[in-house]
Amino acid sequence: MTETRPRDVLVTLEARVAEAQRPSSPVVHFPADRPLKLDCGQELAPFSVAYQAYGKLNAARSNAILICHALTGDQHVANVHPVTGKPGWWETMVGPGKPIDTDRFFVICPNIIGGCMGSTGPASINPRTGQPYGLDFPVITIGDMVEAQARLLDHLEIPDLFAVTGGSMGGMMVLEWAARYKHRVFSAIPIATAARHSSQNIAFHEVGRQAVMADPDWCEGRYLEFGRVPKRGLAVARMAAHITYLSEEALQRKFGRNLQDRERRTFSFDADFQVESYLRHQGSTFVDRFDANSYLYITRAMDYFDLAAEHGDVLANAFKGTKTRFCVVSFTGDWLYPTRESKEIVHALNAVAANVSFVEIESDKGHDAFLLDEPELFSTVRGFLNAAAEKRGIALPEKR
Amino acid sequence: MLAPDQKLPRTHRVDHLLIAEMVATGARVLDVGCGDGALLQLLAETKAVDGRGVEISRERVNACVARGLSVIQGNADLDLVDYPDDAFDYAILSLTIQATLYPKLVLENLLRIGRRAIVSFPNFGHWKVRGQLLFTGRMPRTDNLPEPWYESPDAHLCTIIDFVDLCDRVGAVVERSAAFNSSGRQLPSRAPLGIQNLFGEKAVFLLRRRSVF
Repeated sequence: MTETRPRDVLVTLEARVAEAQRPSSPVVHFPADRPLKLDCGQELAPFSVAYQAYGKLNAARSNAILICHALTGDQHVANVHPVTGKPGWWETMVGPGKPIDTDRFFVICPNIIGGCMGSTGPASINPRTGQPYGLDFPVITIGDMVEAQARLLDHLEIPDLFAVTGGSMGGMMVLEWAARYKHRVFSAIPIATAARHSSQNIAFHEVGRQAVMADPDWCEGRYLEFGRVPKRGLAVARMAAHITYLSEEALQRKFGRNLQDRERRTFSFDADFQVESYLRHQGSTFVDRFDANSYLYITRAMDYFDLAAEHGDVLANAFKGTKTRFCVVSFTGDWLYPTRESKEIVHALNAVAANVSFVEIESDKGHDAFLLDEPELFSTVRGFLNAAAEKRGIALPEKR
Repeated sequence: MLAPDQKLPRTHRVDHLLIAEMVATGARVLDVGCGDGALLQLLAETKAVDGRGVEISRERVNACVARGLSVIQGNADLDLVDYPDDAFDYAILSLTIQATLYPKLVLENLLRIGRRAIVSFPNFGHWKVRGQLLFTGRMPRTDNLPEPWYESPDAHLCTIIDFVDLCDRVGAVVERSAAFNSSGRQLPSRAPLGIQNLFGEKAVFLLRRRSVF
């Protein structure tokens, strides 16, 4: 079966599966007698959490910052990615002298459970069958992801976090952390996120999942057993999703109606337009680094997220009694997680008189702005963290 | 807009200094219409307050947050309803009430969410204002009211006497009040209201809810 696949597919598939099952990141294994109790009622055991860490934990263990990654992100925040060879996804934000200053803070980013970069997910080996979990992997929630992260911090003997931050789905985890572990979160920076997934967001995710599942190579989720990859389905899912991460202005500015490497239309279904070629590229590079089943599970977890519903349908209840310092950030051009969703979070925090800052940053780069070079985002995060660090008595970095 | 790392000027506004004097050390403070955060910063430095701000201008909010202040982008008319009763020791409205759409509602909310409210405003009863209106027949323009009427953010200007009336109407007790003349000097506090209203260019009021018992 495998010899019918082109060689480059195999190479990247092997590298990717190796990262899922034997990651290059440090991993903490939680044995079968210490299961993770999931919201769906099942238990996940044994399970593993892979993570990357930067900077030094201080003697008081008071300077830890947890970074929660987004849907298709991973723990490789500020180092070269082991599969793609590209720089970390938040190197503009995290590093020595950066807004999240690794000379001052100990930064840790775990791969979420359900992911495919070393934490237990659908591409991991199911100990009951000896085969990858596939669809036997239980459906997980944002709360389950946070629970696994908390177990990791327990293991690393980090009693509480100076800060938790993340964008998009990472922001959902930030909110869940702040609601679940009030005493363990000194400050929280949810960026470009929402306290629940809107109907439109669920709809987009459903399109993506259907595209994956319609691909014959998906094999009812058992593609890894057959050495196949639902490339086309996952690429289409990524293409559709990628549009939602941008804005009409950004697309128009970047591509307009420009043709790709040709003088005139070809009267075919080739990628005549630059925007088509760009999306195809986004789709094909994505499948080289991401597991299709992980995509199904993680999008589902996001769809299920509704923090108010977990607290009697009143979002403010989620934050009752909180002492956490919040800094909520949204972007004007983000139509996937628009400012009004961030404002709902702010209103709920005000209703419990929480310590909250809220910044809306002007950008027409769409939802992806949180990953891009946005000086106002950097100055906001830097200012907020430095003020909070002073309050917590975290020493300034030594002179560089 | 101030750059994030830029220090605020060391000279403080006289009304800010008086407000700082009124606020107890370590109090929880909400500054509604906090602007560039100068008052919050002064309160943090001199009174170690747990301070929050609400500001309508996005640029100013971002500059405040980048300087480490807890500030949200919001609107006094719309966003004060979110806060629970007695959420703060002091709710401050510094030179902002005249720019709100519903000053009475805003003041009521201020008294609800703060155990004390501190309100400062430009006094429309000041002799310069009265003189300009009387002698030119046009809307007055002074240092405190710099814009022409069609560009002014001030929707509801009032005099000191008007404000005292409103306090009574919303059940607020004036614990302390002060008026400043145009050179920034505080008028004698025992001066009659009519004199304060004539010579005070700005006024600061410390209020609390009238006890129901």
